Amino acid sequence: MKTYALQMEGITKEFPGVKALDDVTFSVRKGEIHALCGENGAGKSTLMKVLSGVYPSGTYSGRIVINGKEVHFKDIKESQDAGVAIIYQELALVPEMTVAENIFLSSDLMRKKIIDWNELYAQAQYWLDQIGLSIDPQTKLGELTVGKQQLIEIIKALTKKAEILILDEPTAALTESDVEILISLLKDLRAKGVTCIYISHKLGEVITLADSVTILRDGQTVSTDSIEELTEDKIVTKMVGRTLTELFPYEKHDIGDPILEVKNYSFHHGGINETVAKEVSFSLSKGEILGVSGLMGAGRTELFISLFGGYPGKKSGEVIIDGKTVDIKKPSEAIQAGLAYVSEDRKRYGLVLGMEITKNSTLAALQKVMPKGLIDTEIEMKNAGELTSRMNLKAHSLEAKVSQLSGGNQQKVVLSKWLFTNPKVLILDEPTRGIDVGAKYEIYKIINELSQQGVGIVMISSELPEVLGVSDRVIVMSEGTITGELTREEATQEKIMKYATAGRDKNESNII
Amino acid sequence: MSQTSFETQTQNSNRPKLNFNFNVQSYTLIIALVLIALIFGILTKGEFLSPRNLSNLFTQMSVISVLAIGMTLVIVAGHIDLSVGSLAGLTGGIAAILQVWFGWDTFWVVLAAILVGALLGFWQGWWVAYRAVPAFIVTLGGMLIFRGILIGVSQGKTVAPLQDSFKIIANSFLPYSVGYIIAIIGIFLLFFSTWKKRSKRNQIGLQTASAFIDYGKVTAYSVAIFVVSFMLNLYYGFPLPMVIVLVLGGLFIFISMKTSFGRYVYAIGGNQEAAALSGINIKKNTLSVFVLMGALAGGAGVLLTSRLNAATVSAGEMYELDAIAACVIGGTSLMGGKGSIVGAIIGALIMASIDNGMSMMNIQTFWQFIVKGLILIFAVWIDISSKT
Ligand SMILES: Nc1ncnc2c1ncn2[C@@H]1O[C@H](COP(=O)(O)OP(=O)(O)OP(=O)(O)O)[C@@H](O)[C@H]1O
Ligand SMILES: [Mg+2]
Repeated sequence: MKTYALQMEGITKEFPGVKALDDVTFSVRKGEIHALCGENGAGKSTLMKVLSGVYPSGTYSGRIVINGKEVHFKDIKESQDAGVAIIYQELALVPEMTVAENIFLSSDLMRKKIIDWNELYAQAQYWLDQIGLSIDPQTKLGELTVGKQQLIEIIKALTKKAEILILDEPTAALTESDVEILISLLKDLRAKGVTCIYISHKLGEVITLADSVTILRDGQTVSTDSIEELTEDKIVTKMVGRTLTELFPYEKHDIGDPILEVKNYSFHHGGINETVAKEVSFSLSKGEILGVSGLMGAGRTELFISLFGGYPGKKSGEVIIDGKTVDIKKPSEAIQAGLAYVSEDRKRYGLVLGMEITKNSTLAALQKVMPKGLIDTEIEMKNAGELTSRMNLKAHSLEAKVSQLSGGNQQKVVLSKWLFTNPKVLILDEPTRGIDVGAKYEIYKIINELSQQGVGIVMISSELPEVLGVSDRVIVMSEGTITGELTREEATQEKIMKYATAGRDKNESNII
Repeated sequence: MSQTSFETQTQNSNRPKLNFNFNVQSYTLIIALVLIALIFGILTKGEFLSPRNLSNLFTQMSVISVLAIGMTLVIVAGHIDLSVGSLAGLTGGIAAILQVWFGWDTFWVVLAAILVGALLGFWQGWWVAYRAVPAFIVTLGGMLIFRGILIGVSQGKTVAPLQDSFKIIANSFLPYSVGYIIAIIGIFLLFFSTWKKRSKRNQIGLQTASAFIDYGKVTAYSVAIFVVSFMLNLYYGFPLPMVIVLVLGGLFIFISMKTSFGRYVYAIGGNQEAAALSGINIKKNTLSVFVLMGALAGGAGVLLTSRLNAATVSAGEMYELDAIAACVIGGTSLMGGKGSIVGAIIGALIMASIDNGMSMMNIQTFWQFIVKGLILIFAVWIDISSKT
């Protein structure tokens, strides 16, 4: 029997008003990939923050034993020195610096009085070769895809001799091909004896990758099993405490008149003289769910933010909403016209993190809680309460700051905010990113409900099963143009992928 | 169980529950203030807390308080205004010149000062909002420019004396009875709004703190209000400048909490990109913040000139730093998105107490700078360490 690399026993962590972790036990064997699963707010990230010293020893109760020795980390530095490296979903890298600089940012190589650049690049090259990445160490980090940046972050951890690597939702923002590379890298590392803790809501990945799985629910350990004993369904059942029968609650619904028509729409970015969307035409009808598929960087987000008035750049073409030609120059006009846009990057574009749940949820339609021209806090609270309980939001109080919520619950606040505007067209950009299966199901149900009420829904998603499971019709984008359109009946993963890579072959080297 | 969803929470809400989840910052502030008052009270053998000195203190803090009220908005919006000292000096100077040299009536003079302030605020806000020049730079420029204009228009001379009607703005008191009436109305409003808020929240099934805590707080505040009114009435009564601060403070608290503009300022400072995508007009609201700051600086200029009964070329120097310090001590974050006007006024009171108490003790002025500097650093440190 292998020995334990990590044992956490009786971990309890409380925040004002919330017991995030309640007597959690978590043991990881040396050299295994151990997945940590649970619903949004189950306490996964908190447990890892306890482990890595983000919450210093003393602010929680319980014992942490690494390689047989009890540890009391006072900060992240101490946990790093003990071989624990944590990689968050939000990358901690400097986009303006080169790959090599980023890898060695906090190492002695960069701390020398005079930096030996040749040495630095050579070392970086060595590590890149180890991983099998063909990137020039002198490229600026910001020029890489998110997926590659993630790999750089892992290399950075490895150079610090990490023995326990923690990945908190590493694949949430990655394209399928980047995910594959990450998975094979993790398998390599396992062969080399690195222990890895893997948090993900993508259970398919968990099944292919993990050796064991620990499941948390409401801050408590439900079970730890080896992967042979588990199936996706079993994991889901343990996570949510009940059996989910179907993944996509699709129901046939009526589709009405066109609500959004876009004709020959092109759009150039402000400074950069590059066309982001080229001669795009599509239409969306009342009650229709239109899936928008494509690889990362296909221009989907840009197209819809631009339609929403979020970019100052030059536009041409025609946009018709509900029969009226509109010229949307800024988001307030878009909201007026009945558009709502749920961003893929909720922390950056979706939320004011330091504000309360209530205030965030009314921000896009504040006038609705101002019946007499002044904000009526009670009405505001009541509306926010209704919306968020419909979303099944978990928080200790509606007046909690959004920054205190778990990732999935933050997403529900963003959705609430946009539903509060009563949109005619709801644009959802990767709406289930980082959201657990139960909550995904709830979001799909809300999407169905809205479509039955006649709202037109645009669903941008990089997850093919989701696009296929939810949409009435799918359009596929590549390089800023629409390369294909499929009905629900026609659509398959293969067909979508074929359209998604159309015209991209010349750039194949870009997609590692 | 680590958490409840809202259905379960509302069911629990009528169970009395001690809610200690209050804003620690606002209490540290009050504790700090009480401590400072006690220390100076003891060191000056009670003289610091005498009716006369309290009256002086509230008068002294008024100019910085008015500036700090506006500065809170500016900082919450994610900007800074270094020009307010110069702007108060300039508007106060213009007021004096219009009255002393041109014989304008007080009403028109005050109006002119406020309008000039608003106009110059507009000008700065335009650079910040529509030309994207950082506020630090624009207002650093403004600080020099406005001081320059003041020296220019006053030809380097002190402009004095002003008419009696102008002097009373910062140098008169409310009749005792009016003072008490205001205090009683204030106390009544406190109780009434707490009661109304509680019953409304209960009605729609939201959590409320226990009645004991809510009404206990209000009672404590009421006692404080009453004691202060009593003390002030032992001297000449409520100083008018203090009343002006209270009215402006109330007005801006109202603006910040009840209007969409106020909400938007917090959202913009908290996350500008998210605010923009929520349909908030960043430029317009930013501009408005600077216009209001300018108008308040105009008001502060009037108070300053009235108190000194003269306008000098150096009036208001360094006031911007005192105002910023008052905000920061009051819990406003220089990162934007967070801050309170009540905090800023208490911050101004703390700063004024230190000036006042130390000079009563005949400690040399250089110490005041040192102590205020240390307190500023200390306040921010407390703020940061209380977060973790
Ligand atoms: N700083 C904080 N202050 C108060 N409560 C917090 C704080 N951080 C987390 N929580 C609460 O602790 C609980 C666990 O949160 P955590 O982020 O660990 O969940 P998670 O399992 O990682 O969820 P997700 O899958 O959504 O990321 C949640 O109820 C959350 O609201
Ligand atoms: Mg998490």
